[in-house]
Amino acid sequence: MHSGDITIENISKIEGSAGLKVTIQDGQVTDLKFIIQDYRRFYTQVVKSKPIAGVPAFLSRICGTCSVSHLFASLEAIEKSQDIKISEQTRILRRLAYDALMIRDHALHLYFFMLPDVLGIDSILDIPDDPNDFGHTLLHDSFDIKKLGTDISNTIIGAAIHAPFPTIGGFVKNPDPSKFAEFIDRLEKIRPQVIRGIKLFYDWKAELFRNSDYLCLRNNDHFDFLEGEVINSDGKRVAEEDFYKFLKAVVIPYSQAEGYVFSDTHEDYLVGSLARLNLNLDLLHPRTKADISQYLNFFPSNNVYDNNLAQAVEILQAVDDAIDILKNVKINPEEKPVTKPVKAGIGVGVVEAPRGILYHMAEVDDKGMIKDYDVIVPTSQNQINIENDLKKFFQENLDKEEATLKLEAEKIIRTYDPCMSCATNFLKLEIIRK
Amino acid sequence: MSDQSLVENHNAPKKLVVGWFSFTCCEGCLILLTELLNENLDNWKKLIEFRHLKALKTKNQIEGLDVAFVEGAISSPDQEAELLKIRANAKHLVAVGSCACTGRPSATRNDLLNAELNYKVLWYFKQFKYNDKVKKIADLVKVDAQVPGCPMIASEFIKAVESYLKLYKLI
Repeated sequence: MHSGDITIENISKIEGSAGLKVTIQDGQVTDLKFIIQDYRRFYTQVVKSKPIAGVPAFLSRICGTCSVSHLFASLEAIEKSQDIKISEQTRILRRLAYDALMIRDHALHLYFFMLPDVLGIDSILDIPDDPNDFGHTLLHDSFDIKKLGTDISNTIIGAAIHAPFPTIGGFVKNPDPSKFAEFIDRLEKIRPQVIRGIKLFYDWKAELFRNSDYLCLRNNDHFDFLEGEVINSDGKRVAEEDFYKFLKAVVIPYSQAEGYVFSDTHEDYLVGSLARLNLNLDLLHPRTKADISQYLNFFPSNNVYDNNLAQAVEILQAVDDAIDILKNVKINPEEKPVTKPVKAGIGVGVVEAPRGILYHMAEVDDKGMIKDYDVIVPTSQNQINIENDLKKFFQENLDKEEATLKLEAEKIIRTYDPCMSCATNFLKLEIIRK
Repeated sequence: MSDQSLVENHNAPKKLVVGWFSFTCCEGCLILLTELLNENLDNWKKLIEFRHLKALKTKNQIEGLDVAFVEGAISSPDQEAELLKIRANAKHLVAVGSCACTGRPSATRNDLLNAELNYKVLWYFKQFKYNDKVKKIADLVKVDAQVPGCPMIASEFIKAVESYLKLYKLI
């Protein structure tokens, strides 16, 4: 029976810096702290009194890996504050760029961060240079998948990280459709590789069950990362504009990020791929559903490890959605961004970042300057859920060796795909008065 | 790369021993590195030992680095101490990306006026021991080379890697 403190100073194979401290006394977990260690940059404070034009590109710098999510959420918030209605071309190109983001970002997490746990090794760097080795095959699958996500991003929005083409009201540069046929061909070619990854995470015997509530966007027409209402497991629906009121921020004094619980029940909840698959399974692309029906029976799932399977499924969803868009979209190369004279207003943008619901709120004054800005990121929302999962895990496994406990705890944390860069930029500051 | 003298007293290692370190930033340069691995990992694994790369491995070491690549700006005394330790353990240190090279955009909080440094911001400063100002890497240690860009310009990073591989006669 383990007793005393267990500390992990630096959790590896995640984005950013976090640690874990667990105190065990008399066979009980008496304290557990998941500590987000990244230093804040106070970007939502910095943008105040700045003109709206440069704000989305600046706030994309909140996070390297989900920069496109921050960019699009910020664009949506500011466009709504200005009553700007984007064109259908802009809407569909953003959706395509977002598919590319999901393909690249999920593949990074699944293959570079999680795959070593599945293979029982420390790192992808330890995978042998042997084409007959299964790990080698999977790693090279990931290169093809990630690269295609990046290449589509480069063409549609100018870059996969801090993309320069999207702007308020549309695109400063429209994409060159001459590459679309090649992309369709490559997307078709990676489908079997993506399905191999889905099978891998379906077959991986890793379990941590805990009843959780789930929260995600739902668009009743199709599986959508950008548009819809926020729904939870009870079927409660919340308009994007009311999302903030739906949550209660909780200051966690040892962590540089806040946590969140439901405002009415004060209970934790989970956002991300698992939430999306649990609540939107019926909306998956017909081709995705048809080709992996044998791997979808786990959903809805309360096994947190199925977040990996859900991400793998979402890669295929994004591939199939992107193929449809690339086959059908007609680009008007002359289209310009929609512009309007600036006005005072408040706008909210809610999107599904790879890790879950991302909220941006922009309040703009009549000179077109930011008066107030707020961001709620997925990892902050998941923080309390992560701690409660870990408490359950430690409580049930105190008979194991410390090294095993540490490794398993890191796996649980990695499974959430947390992002500390995101989690530490914002000031839910009214809470600090408590 | 100007520090040839450091190499002359050094037996060329079998591989270039490299560390990657992230301070206050979006880690976009690191993400771009993971993208560059799509096409370069197979080759780099033959030439480079990634001795410290927390994003990809659990067992990391700081000792005996030929090159330390450092992204991000410095926000706190703890980070300063860590940076000094990296410098002491690395023959060459490369500042990677805009935050490391210039401090910005991570250092934009330095522009906040006193009135904007309200109790809310100051609570974080005190609770987590922030420096008053965010600093670029060269404010604190000698920087041997820079890879600019936000995120880093990929071709410049590859040039930097190749220049050290050449310096150590590995290519």
